[in-house]
Amino acid sequence: MSQNFRLPTGGRVNRGKKISFTFDGRRMSGLEGDTLASALLANGEHLAGRSFKYHRPRGILSAGPEEPNALVGVGADEGHYSPNLRATQVELFEGLVAESQNRSPSLRYDWAGVNNLIWRFIPAGFYYKTFMWPRGAWTKFFEPRIRAMAGLGRAPRAPDATTYAQRYAHCDVLVVGAGPAGLAAALAAVQGGQRVILCDEQNELGGSLLSETDATIDGAPAARWLSETIAQLRAAGSLQILARTTAFGYFPHNMLGLVERLTDHLPGVAGQPRERLWQVRAKQVVLAAGEIERPLVFPDNDRPGIMLAGAARIYASRYGVKPGQRAVIVTAHDSAYRAALALYQAGVGIAAIADVRANPQGGWVDLARKAGLPVRAGCTITGTSGRLRVSGADLAPLAADGTVGASERVSCDLLLMSGGFTPSVHLFSQSRGKLVYDDALGAFVPGTPAEDCWVAGACRGVSLLSEVLADGFAKGASAARAAGGALVPARGFATTHAPATGGGFAGALPHGKNPASVRAFVDFQNDSTAKDIKLAISEGLRSIEHIKRYTTTGMATDQGKISNMNALGIATDVLARPIAQIGTTTFRMPYTPTTFGVFAGYARGDLFDTVRRTPVHHWAEAQGAVFEDVSLWKRARYFPLAGEDMHQAVARECRAVRAAAGIFDASTLGKIEVAGPDAAEFLNRMYVNAWSKLKPGRLRYGLLLREDGFILDDGVIGRMSDECFHVTTTTGGAARVLTMMEDYRQTEFPELKVWLTSTTEQWAVIALQGPKAREILAPFVEGADISHAAMPHMSVVECRVAGVPARLFRVSFTGELGFEINVPADYGRAVWEAIFAAGQPAGLVAYGTETMHVLRAEKGYIIVGQETDGTVTPDDAGLSWAIGKAKPDFVGKRALARAGMGEGVQRKQLVGLLTDDPQVVLEEGAQLVADPAQPPPMTMLGHVTSSYWSATLNRSMALALVKNGRARIGETLHVPMPGRVIRVTITGPVFYDAEGIKLDG
Amino acid sequence: MLLITCPFCGPRPELEFGYAGEAHVVRAQDPRDVSDSQWTEYLYQRSNVRGVHAERWRHAHGCAQFFNALRDTTTDHFVATYRIGESRPDAAVEAGR
Repeated sequence: MSQNFRLPTGGRVNRGKKISFTFDGRRMSGLEGDTLASALLANGEHLAGRSFKYHRPRGILSAGPEEPNALVGVGADEGHYSPNLRATQVELFEGLVAESQNRSPSLRYDWAGVNNLIWRFIPAGFYYKTFMWPRGAWTKFFEPRIRAMAGLGRAPRAPDATTYAQRYAHCDVLVVGAGPAGLAAALAAVQGGQRVILCDEQNELGGSLLSETDATIDGAPAARWLSETIAQLRAAGSLQILARTTAFGYFPHNMLGLVERLTDHLPGVAGQPRERLWQVRAKQVVLAAGEIERPLVFPDNDRPGIMLAGAARIYASRYGVKPGQRAVIVTAHDSAYRAALALYQAGVGIAAIADVRANPQGGWVDLARKAGLPVRAGCTITGTSGRLRVSGADLAPLAADGTVGASERVSCDLLLMSGGFTPSVHLFSQSRGKLVYDDALGAFVPGTPAEDCWVAGACRGVSLLSEVLADGFAKGASAARAAGGALVPARGFATTHAPATGGGFAGALPHGKNPASVRAFVDFQNDSTAKDIKLAISEGLRSIEHIKRYTTTGMATDQGKISNMNALGIATDVLARPIAQIGTTTFRMPYTPTTFGVFAGYARGDLFDTVRRTPVHHWAEAQGAVFEDVSLWKRARYFPLAGEDMHQAVARECRAVRAAAGIFDASTLGKIEVAGPDAAEFLNRMYVNAWSKLKPGRLRYGLLLREDGFILDDGVIGRMSDECFHVTTTTGGAARVLTMMEDYRQTEFPELKVWLTSTTEQWAVIALQGPKAREILAPFVEGADISHAAMPHMSVVECRVAGVPARLFRVSFTGELGFEINVPADYGRAVWEAIFAAGQPAGLVAYGTETMHVLRAEKGYIIVGQETDGTVTPDDAGLSWAIGKAKPDFVGKRALARAGMGEGVQRKQLVGLLTDDPQVVLEEGAQLVADPAQPPPMTMLGHVTSSYWSATLNRSMALALVKNGRARIGETLHVPMPGRVIRVTITGPVFYDAEGIKLDG
Repeated sequence: MLLITCPFCGPRPELEFGYAGEAHVVRAQDPRDVSDSQWTEYLYQRSNVRGVHAERWRHAHGCAQFFNALRDTTTDHFVATYRIGESRPDAAVEAGR
């Protein structure tokens, strides 16, 4: 298709560079410098999408980020596919593949267009009502259908093939928006000697100047002033220019989020990121975000070919595109006359300019009249015709009292509208700055800022070019000064430009028709109409925030860009309260939709989260270990031999540890070195246990509570010397415990001389457990006697193991004779391999966390986080023996004395469970009841915390927390499961070697 | 992201810090001396201020020190940060008004 609607001259497009692209599979061409929208218009295509709810044909409405209709999917393949891009912001590039959305089978013939026929039955909030009535219809009928219909674009079907970058930046002054105000602000800030970042969402800096064909600035045509100013700024050195960069969010303390689009417009560039996230911390911010034109609300104001007047002017003057042949213009604002003149000069026939104002005059109005354009003052629009393209406008006289006369159909293929302009206060509002309603402007403008920010130009309601430039410069100078820069004297800009503009309208135009029978769209993207807003109010919603949610007006990507003021205008009419009292809705970030990819940045795949591996990890991997995640750690869960499943492997590992010996990687245990003259006193105050009398060379099981008396962590603690303890914590609790200890050390007990150091990653910990552990280990030990007499259970010695300095613990988490060998992490694997090899003749096996869990459960040893859940006291867990009763205080002691924590209360206590059928392994988390025949909700007595098949016992076993459990030992309880009830008998929690004889081998 | 002035390291971005709850919640010198209700209050009752709130932060990915801060909960602006053991600098609040 050729570019039939391309003007022969004009615009900023590169006429020497033709670009081909496809839209819905049709090959078209455009020019370098086009957006997808301008290229489609150059090809005479207005129909660009289907609306969200009614599937009405929709055309290109705007030329900027506010575009609600022309949302397209872009990408030649699924790995590069992005849905819901605004065609007005997609830069054209060679080979671009775009498709329309929300239509089936095609844009022109869409079966869901049937919604447009049943619209009376699906008004605003209709789906809320389907929750209520008819009963059951929501889940069976409405929900599946609404779900199938919901959404516009589709998600890509393949992972994102592109990459994303992220960067932090600091600057003195960040200027958002590089239109005339932003450029002038940047000039001033640079002159003030400041480091400046200037960002703009468009591919070129300049904003409104990019489509400025009339004005001169300081004697130069606007385009030349623009290029000279940019050159001057680039030469400054202290300024960084970010084009194609959207400031999407204003976060606390002057941090702004920017997204820079790097390569989307550069086809064939490989190996470079698609977008970059900038997190900019600025001392001062200048917001020069401009303004957005308002549509007018009238019946059937949404047909393809209906555009904002300013957008049509931009297409003609910036892109050299004629958006139609014969235009009708409906306006409440002078700027539409300017658009009419520009289009007239471009060869577009102007059929009528209908101005709802009774007596428009001066400025652009006079120029239009002088040019002979047919101006109809006091004229409104009551409807439009045309299906896939507007074909006519019904214009009718509007009397001063609001009555609407008989309408006349004026044929056209382009209908332009302007209700005035809405300042873009999005970022200011996001920063929690207060907005105030300006009656004269008929708009919300920035009031008191909450951050160190300045607002310049059109986004605070200044519209005359000379004033915009002066305001921008003044705000840039103020920002520079506030950031510590030099004083920059104010300056003016001599401009010649066509006369000032005025007017504006917010609300719905009168049309004289039965309001129930027309649809006048307020929010095109969400298909919400003037009638919907009135319905919401009549159903009792008064707050504008509620009206917004009920009608979805201004939700999704609109965020108040085009629909807000008209919705408020309608509400103010119905409620008979001024807009200033109604207020406005909250502007949410992001300003325009932002990819998930740019937030994910580098955190994908292997870099998504930290992975911690022990020194023995790769050995275990080579042995075929199956790993599990324990906090950030990878831990070997079991070591299957060929053909073994997990249960077979675990049974074999368990039998080997009980019969001979097993070797286990305990390196992930948290380790904290507690040192200093007051180390023992510090531990006295932290842990429940008494530490003062623990002798160097001895170990003790330590139990740590929170201040509320519930178990937080546990671990074996060794006293290495009078002033040094080797504290171990659970794998997942290491950071939590150190933070808590530091908190008390720094804030509650600052008088104690004690130092805390995390040593988790300094030590590899090799657990050697089983009756043959000592005979396997002994040949490797130098400098210590590890006989039972010299080194009883719960003792520690510093020695050498396999030639490596070691802290050797005699400790057991299996119930067998056991050692834990702490060696410097770098030697961990060598020592492990030496011991493993030497132990083979004795039957040594490597075992994983699953076997560790089974073996400790057979002994009734708890695992914090499994037997405990933040509501378990030491006594509940059967651990009150650990408490140093004589100590005056420790963390949690006072809470244990509170009513409800101990005596006289039927708390849940740790017990064992044996199923009547020894083959049945209970589910962890299963609930226990006394009478399975009771009607639900049943009285629950407790739950299963750990449950395994025990190879040692050759039967199942479980641990549980049961109300008053210790008094119930011997009782039968029931576990109701789907389809059956399992009978269990309560036992003590120790299933194996209750006397502890095996600990000594 | 907040910009928080660590009394030891200076201004640093929020992600270097951990929040640590309300400040100046005093743990009794000898908890045995306090009643159940007083201890319950110490454990669970917090002021939930609208306005200037004294709170604890820890420069976890920095000097690892806990410190106190006065932050206006309605604006997220920090009025002051100060070291543990120093008294609440209410003069700074007044000066900030």
